[in-house]
Amino acid sequence: MAELPILDLRNVGKVYELNDQRIEALRDANLVVEKGEFVCLIGASGCGKSTLLRIVAGFEPPSAGEALMWDKAIAGPAPDRGMVFQDYGLFPWLSVRQNIGFGPASRGLPKAELRALVDRFVDMVGLTRFADAYPHQLSGGMKQRVAIARVLANDAEMVLMDEPFGALDAMTRERLQDELLDIWQRTKLTVLFVTHSIEEAIFLADRVVVMEPGPGRIASEHRIELPRPRDVSSPEFNAVRRDLSARLHSHHGKKAA
Amino acid sequence: MSASVAAEGSAGEKKSRPGGMLWPRLKAVLIALVVPLALLLAWHLAVKAGMTRLIPSPADVAEYMVDFAVGGIWDDAFSATLHIHLFASMTRVYGGFALAALVAVPLGLLIGRNETVRALLDPFLQLMRPIPVTAWLPLSMILFGLGPRSAFFLVFLGAFYPILLNTVFGVRSVEKRLFEAASMLGCSGTAQFSRVVLPASLPSIFTGLRLGLGLAWFVIVVGEMTGVPQGLGAVIMDGRTLSRTELVICGMIVIGIAGFISDRIIVAIMNRLLRWSPSHHG
Repeated sequence: MAELPILDLRNVGKVYELNDQRIEALRDANLVVEKGEFVCLIGASGCGKSTLLRIVAGFEPPSAGEALMWDKAIAGPAPDRGMVFQDYGLFPWLSVRQNIGFGPASRGLPKAELRALVDRFVDMVGLTRFADAYPHQLSGGMKQRVAIARVLANDAEMVLMDEPFGALDAMTRERLQDELLDIWQRTKLTVLFVTHSIEEAIFLADRVVVMEPGPGRIASEHRIELPRPRDVSSPEFNAVRRDLSARLHSHHGKKAA
Repeated sequence: MSASVAAEGSAGEKKSRPGGMLWPRLKAVLIALVVPLALLLAWHLAVKAGMTRLIPSPADVAEYMVDFAVGGIWDDAFSATLHIHLFASMTRVYGGFALAALVAVPLGLLIGRNETVRALLDPFLQLMRPIPVTAWLPLSMILFGLGPRSAFFLVFLGAFYPILLNTVFGVRSVEKRLFEAASMLGCSGTAQFSRVVLPASLPSIFTGLRLGLGLAWFVIVVGEMTGVPQGLGAVIMDGRTLSRTELVICGMIVIGIAGFISDRIIVAIMNRLLRWSPSHHG
């Protein structure tokens, strides 16, 4: 008897109408995510990975199929699914502390509780010394930490990340990947993570979902069995990377043929 | 690592700001004084050389300004009346401005956010906008009579459009991303108005308020042509009728200084409220 999955996408499709033009961004996507799983979506641009994420977030309704969370249809954005954007989406007029407390504060959490909660998450992402700084005073990596803490402080069950580290330099990206895994392991979160880096996907994910464009769809799924913490320079890691890379390119090859 | 160190450095710099700023400040003031002092000198020399007999020298104007402010030199009808006129003008400027802000900001928020309100009001407001405040003068005298209410109305009109248009612009240019962020954090519907729309458009609203207050001082002379006995505009009109050019110049100087101080005050409030904005802390 299988447990109820946290996320269940059934034949999900998305079509945009743009000036009499029909653009099929996603076709027939089927994906089941178990609670606590770390799933990476990977693929070339136009493969519908961001569209899929936005449907799960509730920012866009699917034009076909069903998107279910805990067996209930997703109807718009809600605090149980927190999104981390590549461009951060922080509120520039709020300090680090206020950004992290935005969700709980709008639900009317009492002041003392809010303060304790915010302190905990400011500390979790290591920004205690910058708690009163405004976003424009922070580096990209710090902004993304605030964005992650903001979602966690809001008690999200599932974190949706749309190329969150894409705009960061390599060193900051590696450190944030480590921190994210650390937080994920401690909190038992479910993570749906969009990336275009094969290495990032293999480093982070329990399962990598490969998508391909024209129209965007899910091409294949790969369980990553490498033990954690993973070493990107190990021969085993390289073998998985080679294998996944070959599959990605064979999909592209098929499309070209 | 380097990124966090850099950010830390800039945060530290901020804290040590108030000290050590004396010389740059002073330098800025001195540089700003160069052009006015040069013009003053040119004016003085031109009068001295006899290029005009209709314009008094800076020294005469200064003397008259003292009499206008505290009396004791000429002791005519205008001696020691500066505060009365200044106060009368300020009441109209700030009153008209406050009323304009009170109407234009909420209206701008509504027009910016609500399609129906925009469709209903925007064409009408755009149609009325090109009509200059001066053109309203005769009508406002009929509607509000000869007196302060007319001046009040004209100041209101002058300040209204910049505040409205900048508020609408601010609301319409709030990043879509921020609404997505707010709604996934559980803040949706009308709650977004105060928690997202208002703070995000505050920089534009302040730009509008600043322009509006400037225009309020700008139209006060026109507003006080409507036959009010007191006010800096009235003083200038009286000075003209009586051929007392020094009085006209005194009125001009007082309006300039009062407008300048108003602007500094609103900029100070703005910089305080918009500390978060990279283009406003300074």
